[in-house]
Amino acid sequence: MSEQLQFTFDVNGENFTSAGEASVATKKNLRMLGYPPDIIRRVAIAMYEGEINMVIHAGGGFATVTVYPDKIEIILKDNGPGIADVALAMKEGFSTAPENIRSLGFGAGMGLPNMKKNTDTMTIESELGVGTTITMTVNT
Amino acid sequence: MTVSALKDALGLEILSLPKPDREINGAYAGDLLSWVMGRAEEDCVWATIMTNVNVIAVASLVDVACAVVCEESEIGDDVINTAAEKGVNLLRTKLPIYEFCVEISKLI
Repeated sequence: MSEQLQFTFDVNGENFTSAGEASVATKKNLRMLGYPPDIIRRVAIAMYEGEINMVIHAGGGFATVTVYPDKIEIILKDNGPGIADVALAMKEGFSTAPENIRSLGFGAGMGLPNMKKNTDTMTIESELGVGTTITMTVNT
Repeated sequence: MTVSALKDALGLEILSLPKPDREINGAYAGDLLSWVMGRAEEDCVWATIMTNVNVIAVASLVDVACAVVCEESEIGDDVINTAAEKGVNLLRTKLPIYEFCVEISKLI
């Protein structure tokens, strides 16, 4: 029996300034595993955007990174309000981020598009009032 | 050109310089962090006026050669310390972003 290498992170929804810790830790782990910089960069950027989204919109959540022989999978799960219109949320420039978040340089409506751009597959399951689960993979 | 050479050429203030010998291959200017993360390329000089701690995360994740805070924008010690911890080159200049970019274009 072989087990996949897996990292899990509790993304703290209280502290906006610490957002990114899971992505930075993942970046470090993948570097130690010897992945090429481009793969690591794509995984880290997609994951960071997801982390930021979870902190801005959902009060935090959980991130799970699984290393498969041919791909890296990132699952971001939150119990936030859900996404009302996924197609609209995927449009570059569309954002529902509040003003205080925009003043920090976020809320450009680039988060989900960046996640899609940096990954090979991305699926969004979201139910209003229940939460959102985003599954992304990067082929290695 | 290395980050250290850029610093000398333009008289940049050192806030954190753990990797002075990193090679620069271009430049990017921007303040919207997600936009920068989507468009900036690794090994570039990133010019910005943003100074919150998320700047360090973006600089680290994009793997820029250095981030340069323009217009002598104020920056907290906690942010500078985070840059040092994360191995991010962080410099500062009095020049506005446009003028800084003009100067860079003469050098690289």
